[in-house]
Amino acid sequence: MEKTMVLQQCRVIDPANDRDAIGDIWVRAGKIVAAETTLPENAEVYNLTGKWVVPGLIDIHVHLREPGQEYKESIETGTNAAAAGGFTAVACMPNTSPVNDNATVTRYILEKAAPCRARVYPVGAISKSSKGEGLAEFGEMKQAGIVAVTDDGMPVLDSQLMRRAMEYAKSHKLLVMSHSEEAALSRNGCMNEGLTATRLGLRGIPAAAESIMVFREAALAELTGAHVHIAHVSTKESLAVISMAKSRGVKLTAETAPHYFTLTDEAVVGYDTHAKMNPPLRSEEDRQAILAALADGTLDAIATDHAPHSVLEKNVEFNEAANGITGLETALSLSLALVREGVISEKRMVELMSVAPARILGVPGGSLAEGEVADITVIDPDAEFTFTAEESKSKGKNSPFIGWRLKGRAVMTLVSGRVQHHIE
Amino acid sequence: MTADDILHVINTARSFKEISARPIKKVPTLRGKTIINFFFEPSTRTRLSFEVAAKRMSADTFNISASTSSATKGETLIDTARNLQAMAPDVIIIRHSSSGAPQLLAKNVDAAIINAGDGTHEHPSQGLLDIMTILEHKGSLEGLKIAIVGDIAHSRVAGSDIIGFNRLGANVHLAGPATFMPADADQLGVTVCEDVRDAVRDADVVMALRIQKERQKDPLIPSLREYSTFYGINNKMLQLAKDDVVVMHPGPINRGVEMSPDVADGKRSVILEQVTNGVAVRMALLYLVMGGEKTDDEQGGR
Repeated sequence: MEKTMVLQQCRVIDPANDRDAIGDIWVRAGKIVAAETTLPENAEVYNLTGKWVVPGLIDIHVHLREPGQEYKESIETGTNAAAAGGFTAVACMPNTSPVNDNATVTRYILEKAAPCRARVYPVGAISKSSKGEGLAEFGEMKQAGIVAVTDDGMPVLDSQLMRRAMEYAKSHKLLVMSHSEEAALSRNGCMNEGLTATRLGLRGIPAAAESIMVFREAALAELTGAHVHIAHVSTKESLAVISMAKSRGVKLTAETAPHYFTLTDEAVVGYDTHAKMNPPLRSEEDRQAILAALADGTLDAIATDHAPHSVLEKNVEFNEAANGITGLETALSLSLALVREGVISEKRMVELMSVAPARILGVPGGSLAEGEVADITVIDPDAEFTFTAEESKSKGKNSPFIGWRLKGRAVMTLVSGRVQHHIE
Repeated sequence: MTADDILHVINTARSFKEISARPIKKVPTLRGKTIINFFFEPSTRTRLSFEVAAKRMSADTFNISASTSSATKGETLIDTARNLQAMAPDVIIIRHSSSGAPQLLAKNVDAAIINAGDGTHEHPSQGLLDIMTILEHKGSLEGLKIAIVGDIAHSRVAGSDIIGFNRLGANVHLAGPATFMPADADQLGVTVCEDVRDAVRDADVVMALRIQKERQKDPLIPSLREYSTFYGINNKMLQLAKDDVVVMHPGPINRGVEMSPDVADGKRSVILEQVTNGVAVRMALLYLVMGGEKTDDEQGGR
């Protein structure tokens, strides 16, 4: 008989099944099973008093850099970081080299991911090589395993191409993700437009560069009926557009990332390239609007936009530095801070990081019901630690949170019932 | 820099200014010191000004420009700087097109770094020489109305002037089309004027900034002719200012664009005094970062 794993005396937070209570979770053969009256002889028992057990965290937006940029990250190291951060699954963006714009690259990614510590859901490109001309082969990529399409950081500027992408994606039941950026407005910009950029002499990116495109995506989503997901929302104006679209019944979902609700553009002072990403860190007003939107449901999910880079891209002049920071190993702690501050409840955090991501991507997980896959994250909400470059599992050490004292972390990550991360 | 730091540099510069008026314009103060002029951007007057300053103090100076450095061979700024560091210079003077490049350098080398202009951020030695020039004419900046006219958003001179003038108590007024105004300029402790005449009216100092013709990719103004019509500083405009107004320009001037030739060469112009004071200020900076007393400054002194 298959070995049984029993997570005992934990706080089970399972919003999909309206459960928040002290109890046990039983796992057998990679699935969650009903608790039995007697423990099997070979049961592996973990007493988790004081810990939370939640459906495995799912990150909609990561960059694993493989194939092509393995010096920054590999599927193996990226998923190691995911498991360490409590993520049981990640969706990886197509901006690899070559771009994931065909089934061969999709299959390569999945083959590499198979033995790794977290599930990997590839996201395919919208256009060939993400060059914004012509559609990539969505159908074949879907057969190979993609869950969504996007040109991410190479945003589709041609509205007709985006319309066709949404229509065609709908036919193949694929989600369209949008990195919303009007490139003419953001050109040469390297941080948020405003007083801090003025003081630092750095070219700013106005908030309108994002919200203009969010509005276009909302209008096209309404026109086509496709499911469109807005990536890494950073401005209050974008949130107003999303809220309006949702109230009109448009099939629009949206995520933000922990850095947008934790930091503001003042983190750039000193020309810290670890505070450079796209979209850029915004104002305190934007940060407050994001906090409110996480609580009220305007935002559906927290994703990391985990974007590992090496020192080659980051230890340079600020305007020359690459965009992006790592996030897989800090997202949970930074989200738990919002719970402690009373911004969101524990249940809401689990919705944002597990339930909604599973639903948006249309993948298993997000639930601890009997019969579900045993993708489970065990959280110690009180564990304190200092996040250091040395201990980070990601190859990328480009995080503004290096050296931060954080509270709350994943102490165990189970994927299909197998322990992929465990801190005693 | 605090107001006291600024005044300390300028008092030091005053004591050095006399050297440039001597028949033998050299003192041994910095003998045996090595200074590297590390210029990643074309510059004539700032580089020359620093070099003249260094030589009058008897320091040994070496010049590297972007075309002769390894930057053209793909070497990073930090690698180039570390190689320079290995030759044990006392001071590296850097001019770079990236805002923040001097700070990056300072984090990676031991030599003292002097910012000779970084991107659209700051040009501290220019700010100091502008203050010195105003002080020579007005005695103090406290309560003076100073108008800065032109492309504020892309001007590192304006960046340093605004900070310095404010610290010393001046009322700074900025003027120019909105395309030339940086974001949230009104939060810099200045008055932003839509009409240049409001800035110039009763001004004690009027400074015109150079219009950078090479910026026309991003259409900020329709034409230089139209700019000159609405924002150029000419004698008619200057009639609005105080009788004893002084007119400044960080150079090089586009005559007939931001300033008419009769103003540039007129009796209120102190443009060439700015250049003379530039050498004295840079002598003071070199002296203070080496051996002289240290100022506690991240942007300029260190």
